[in-house]
Amino acid sequence: MKVTEKDVRYIAGLSRLVIPENEMEKFTEQFNQILNYADILQKIDTTGIEPTAHVIPLSNVLREDVVENSVSNEEALKNAPAVHNGGFKVPRVIE
Amino acid sequence: MELYKSTIHELHELLVNKKISSVELTNALYERIDQVEDQVKAYVTLDKENALAQAAKVDAKIAAGETIKPLAGVPGAIKDNISTKGLRTTCSSKMLENLNPIYDAHVIKNLRADDTIFLGKTNMDEFAMGSTTESSFFKTTCNPWNLTRVPGGSSGGSAAAIAAGEAIWTLGSDTGGSIRQPASFNGCVGIKPTYGRVSRYGCVAFASSLDQIGPITRDVTDAAIVLNTICGVDGHDSTSLPVEVPDFTKALKQDVKGLKIGLPKEYFGAGLDPKVESEISKAVEQYRAMGAEIVELSLPHTEYAVITYYIIAPAEASANLARFDGVRYGHRNMNATSAPEMTTLSRTEGFGSEVQRRIMLGTYVLSSGYYDAYYKKAMQVRTLIRRDFEEAFKQCDVLLTPTSPVVAYPIDGKMDPLSIYLLDVCTIPVNLAGLPGISVPCGFVDGMPVGMQLIGKPLDEETILRAAYTFEQANDYHKVIAPIGGDK
Repeated sequence: MKVTEKDVRYIAGLSRLVIPENEMEKFTEQFNQILNYADILQKIDTTGIEPTAHVIPLSNVLREDVVENSVSNEEALKNAPAVHNGGFKVPRVIE
Repeated sequence: MELYKSTIHELHELLVNKKISSVELTNALYERIDQVEDQVKAYVTLDKENALAQAAKVDAKIAAGETIKPLAGVPGAIKDNISTKGLRTTCSSKMLENLNPIYDAHVIKNLRADDTIFLGKTNMDEFAMGSTTESSFFKTTCNPWNLTRVPGGSSGGSAAAIAAGEAIWTLGSDTGGSIRQPASFNGCVGIKPTYGRVSRYGCVAFASSLDQIGPITRDVTDAAIVLNTICGVDGHDSTSLPVEVPDFTKALKQDVKGLKIGLPKEYFGAGLDPKVESEISKAVEQYRAMGAEIVELSLPHTEYAVITYYIIAPAEASANLARFDGVRYGHRNMNATSAPEMTTLSRTEGFGSEVQRRIMLGTYVLSSGYYDAYYKKAMQVRTLIRRDFEEAFKQCDVLLTPTSPVVAYPIDGKMDPLSIYLLDVCTIPVNLAGLPGISVPCGFVDGMPVGMQLIGKPLDEETILRAAYTFEQANDYHKVIAPIGGDK
């Protein structure tokens, strides 16, 4: 077992998710199945191999510093679940 | 031939010669959708009013004697993870059930500029995570060749719509095979361009170093036509390649004489359905007979590709999907009393189980103590997989493999996640290396279509299009119609 149900609860917390208790056992089992399979990577010697984060030979892509139109306040709020005074309304953050 | 089963190039001729109008054509498509959509379930959203209004505009241009683009007035459909201004874009997720985008994706802007028609948005696996469309929050799409089977995924709706005659062309997105595998399962042509060929601006990000938009069509010519419109550099995507886009239709020549076709032995190993293998072998023999040179070779790190992908893609997804916090758009739990609780409950309610699994897997492999063992290791193995391809392309011009080791399987949800992941073995390495790949119909097994994959060198879509076109024109597979709706 790579991860226990306790670990899964911790990872869920980091992910801002809750796994229902009645699905925890199956979820943990499937999670372990995938991580166990990942062990095959340990067979490969990768000493000194550069990691690939991106396949294309571009870096620091910049454009001219020209002012362009941006999203209007009205548009930005168009899909907001709750709005107040032109802003996104959320539950109280500070008591 | 019914209009709804025609190709872009056939319909363009009919439109230009005023044999049909775009309004007639668009109506014919919606009639077809009315007829079969209940069974196929390819669409999440239809947009008939705007589509017909757009068609009328194209008809007016034609009547005024204006020159029109090849895609003008020809109705297509868009995978529901590509942003369309004013047209609901859900990623087939409860999280975005009511999202009405305020901007168009780059590809959509290009398509609109060519006066094409959008019939609607197609169903997919939630956030493009899956290979069956079963993880869609709304519905599971059925395969028009056999309604009890999966259409593949994640672009299952886009491929099924083509097979069922519910669209003339569609767009999909491909992170680990999500265009090519459903194209293969539905007897369509699907191409994943070189990473960076098509701007990802407006394609809801799943795994940013792997995602690429591409067309699903009835034939190779149509794929080239759509590519011509969607490819090209875009300042809104820093990974968009500043290279010239050729006219891909010029690559469509029936000629493979002297073309070196590589067969990587690892793609023909255990797990490959012998009946699928037999269809692929026939295609290889045909190429040989047409003058191609067949080269057997090895891509030694292939067996590590699937797990490498299932570490890298979830890692990137866990970061990309962190934006769904219930604050600015998307689903929100309205009963939460604190901001952190609101975020957690909104995400838990808004994401389905496969998306949650991948976010958590990604979070785990990036977490302190596991980063080196999983994520860094996977990125190093990705380098080795890329090098395999670089070596292979010293010996050949294109690689030929099955697109999927199996044909479309039953919709029953019986397979565990890992078993489904492992079926992506033929398509995933292509994304990891950023190469172009095309799936072309090459036969049938038990009445279900088989797809052949051709993989090209970076930015060499032209050679795989030429090889695919040559094969297609020597056969009739692309003309066989899925038996949905009782028509022939």
